[in-house]
Parts: sequence; structure tokens; C-alpha cells
Amino acid sequence: MADKDYILNISDRRPTGKYITPILKGLGYTLKNFFSKPITIKYPTERREVSDRWRGLHRLKVDDRGALKCVACGLCAKICPPKAITIVPYEEAGETRYPKEFVIDELRCIFCGFCQEACPKDAIELTKVYDFVDYKREDFIFDIEKLKTPEKYIFNGK
Amino acid sequence: MLEFMTILIIKTLVAFTVSLLIVAYSTWIERKVLGHVQLRHGPRRVGFHGLLQPIADGIKGFFKEELIPDNADKPLFLLAPIISIGAAVTLIVIVPFGDKITIMGHEITLYLTDLDVGILFVLGISTIGSYGGILGGWSSGNKYGVIGGLRGSAQMISYELSLALAVIAVVMVSGSLSLIDIVNSQTGLWNIVKQPFAFVLFIICGLAELNRTPFDMPEAEAELACGFNVEYSSMKFALFFMAEYCHMFVFAALVTTLFLGGWHGPFIDGPHWFFLKCFVIIFFCVWERSTFPRLRYDQVMSFGWKILLPFGLLNILLTGLWMLIFNM
Ligand code: SF4
Ligand code: SF4
Repeated sequence: MADKDYILNISDRRPTGKYITPILKGLGYTLKNFFSKPITIKYPTERREVSDRWRGLHRLKVDDRGALKCVACGLCAKICPPKAITIVPYEEAGETRYPKEFVIDELRCIFCGFCQEACPKDAIELTKVYDFVDYKREDFIFDIEKLKTPEKYIFNGK
Repeated sequence: MLEFMTILIIKTLVAFTVSLLIVAYSTWIERKVLGHVQLRHGPRRVGFHGLLQPIADGIKGFFKEELIPDNADKPLFLLAPIISIGAAVTLIVIVPFGDKITIMGHEITLYLTDLDVGILFVLGISTIGSYGGILGGWSSGNKYGVIGGLRGSAQMISYELSLALAVIAVVMVSGSLSLIDIVNSQTGLWNIVKQPFAFVLFIICGLAELNRTPFDMPEAEAELACGFNVEYSSMKFALFFMAEYCHMFVFAALVTTLFLGGWHGPFIDGPHWFFLKCFVIIFFCVWERSTFPRLRYDQVMSFGWKILLPFGLLNILLTGLWMLIFNM
């Protein structure tokens, strides 16, 4: 592309003497827009579909019996770049190991999804929930109970 | 006498309530229409399609913090919004909503007063209203405010002149200064047909007087950070805002009265035609706002003085010639 194609010569900007038609054209254009369908959506009652690979709020998955799949191996906490995961494991001799405490600080989390990648038991996943809001910082520290039901924290406009 | 007073008081209350409701809801119309022109939805969370939004905004205005800058000229700073809204609301007095009707044996006129010099009264009071903006900008001790106020006064003087010229042409064909007589003179043929140039002139100058885009010099957001009302907060800001929309309603009412035949219309004459026409004009004000960018200050001035003023004078001359030749 030659220079003259995108550098506007100042002489091109001089008034052309045409005023009425451009004004009417402009009014017509805005009126057409007024009667066409808005391209924005009525969030939060309507929401855009996000990608299946969306990385939002975490969910701790449960198995058929309703117990956490997590075995508190600590791999996710280990790989987490901002160290957002804190795990306190619990194990009785001969029993299954499970996390006594599993806390994710959602304000520290950068939603990289490494925890999901690292987990050997497929026990943690990132959901599509992206608009969770609250009033206090403490409310963003998610424990096991909150992590089981991330859908509860979808913003509903209240 | 007592009966007369009662009717007058009720009429005043009704007229002001209706007018101020229209004023409040023209902010809703503005936001909604602007939204849809920009392919958005506009307000829709408060009430059905955001219908309670003006009320919510008003309540919010009351609860906001009042700020008075240290180097403001306090008495004037407090007076400015009052002048603004006072003048704007006073103008409602002359708005002719409709003709005489008879309710329960009483003959009631659907306007508050029929001033013999109605249109002069409008021009005078609306100029006083512009003092509000000028004083507000000047007294707030803010350079953006001062520049906004100065621009406002310059623009007001320039465009008031051409506005008056447009009005004179209408007065010539109608033969009266009273708004009621002007409406009645348009029974068969609206003034927009008799005076198309004056109509265009009136619309352009009216928009300039209203400080609406493309003539929003006094409050050019991008250059002046909102201009004359930059230091105002809370209800004082809301008063300026209301004054602006009140002026818009009065402007719509004036265009209806002077050019669109007031309450006359096909089928049944009556206030519904008046309100319909007002709505169309208010819609136009918003529509053109969403279309045009702001003009440069010197363009506004030279447009006013070099084009509109000669145009207005020529229009008066031609109207005079026309009336002379056809002996109207
Ligand atoms: S998504 Fe990334 S940052 Fe968030 S908890 Fe998992 S590993 Fe840590
Ligand atoms: S990596 Fe998986 S199993 Fe291991 S602690 Fe994290 S969630 Fe639990």
C-alpha cells in the first residue's frame, strides 16, 4: 500500500460544500439503527455462551457415593503458580485419604487451570462460572462446601 | 371568585405535574433512544423496561453528597441552579395544551394563561434561564466552568437573535404574539407549510439554545469536562439537568405551537395532538443528538452570525413581500 492510500491529505478534508445530503444520510442511518435489533444482551438475565474450555470457578467433584474424589495428594497445591490452594489431608490407617480442609483463595487464583491438569484423580475442574461477586474479601476464600457447588455463586443481578 | 381560584389552582397543579412528568420521562426517552440508536438496550433494570429509572435517579440525587468548592462564590453558586430551574419551570405557564373544554358546566381552558405577548415572554424568560448556566460556571471557581459559562453566553446571544427572527416571521403570518391566537390562526394550514424556512431556522436555533449536540458548547464533555456544571453535585446538579430537559419540553411545545398547529389535528382536535407532536419533537431532539458530532466553537459562531442571521432576515423580507403581493 502506497503512502497516499492511508495518509489523508489535508486538502481532502476541506469542506466539500455538501451539507444537507450528508446530514439527512446520517439521520437515516441512526434511524435505521434505532429500529434494528440491539447487539448487546440483557445480562444478567441473558448471558453469552462461553467456550467449553472456559476456566472459571473451581468445582471439587464427587463420586457416585457423594464422597469427594480428591485424595489430598497435594499436586494441585504444588503446581499452583500463585499458591492459591491450601490442603490439610486426613488419613486413618487403612482408610482412604481425603482432604480435611481444601481452601482456594479465588482472589489469588489466576485461573490458569494447572490444578485441573495436574490432578491424578480428576477431582478438581474449572467450571464456566465467571461472575461471582461478594462484599468481603473473606467471601472469596472457598472451602470444600462452597467448592462443591460453584453454580450457586453465579451473579443473578441481586 | 372562589370557583375561579379553585379551578386555577387545580389547573396549575395538573399542568405542572404533567409537564414535570414529561420532563422526567424525556430523560428516560433520551437514554432509551440513544441506547437503541447505538444498538444497545438502554436502561431496563428499574421497573418495566427501566420505566422507573427517572424516579430512581431523582431519589439518588437527593442522597448524594453536596459539595461546594472552597473558592466558589457561595451565594451565586447556590443561586445559579435556582435561576436555571425557576426560569425553565416558569415557561410552563404559557404552554397551550389544548383549547377550551367544558367539565361539569365549567368552561376550562387547557392552558394556564393567555398572555398577549406570550412569545416575547418565552424569549425573555428563557434568556434569564441561561443566566443560571453562566453564573453557575462563573461562580464555581473552576476554569472549565468559566469557559463553559462564557461559551454559553456567547452562543446564547448569537442564536437568540436568529431564533427571534424565526419567531417574527411566524408572528407576521399569524398576526398575533399570543400563543393561543397563533394556534388558532393555523386551523386550516399549519405554519410549517407557510413558513418552512422559519421552521428550519427555529429548530436549529432552538437546539443551540437548548445546548444540545451539535451545539453543546457550554458543556462539551470532551473539552470542558462538562463545562458550567462541573463543580455541581447532588440535587443542585439534578436541578440543572431538570432545567435542561424542561427547556427541551418547552422547546417541543413551542415548535408544536408555532409551526405544527398546536392542538389542531385530523379528526378530533385536542390535547392528545399536542402531546403527540411534542413527543415527536422530543424524539427528534434525541435522534439528532445521536447523529451529529459536536461542532467546533468557531464553526458554531460563524454559522450563527454568517448564515443563520442573514437567512432569518431574508426570510422576514420574503414573508413581507409575499404578504404585500398577495395582500394577506
Ligand atoms: S487455576 Fe491455577 S491459579 Fe487457580 S487454583 Fe488452579 S493452579 Fe492455582
Ligand atoms: S491434585 Fe486432585 S487429588 Fe490431588 S489434592 Fe489436588 S484435587 Fe485432590
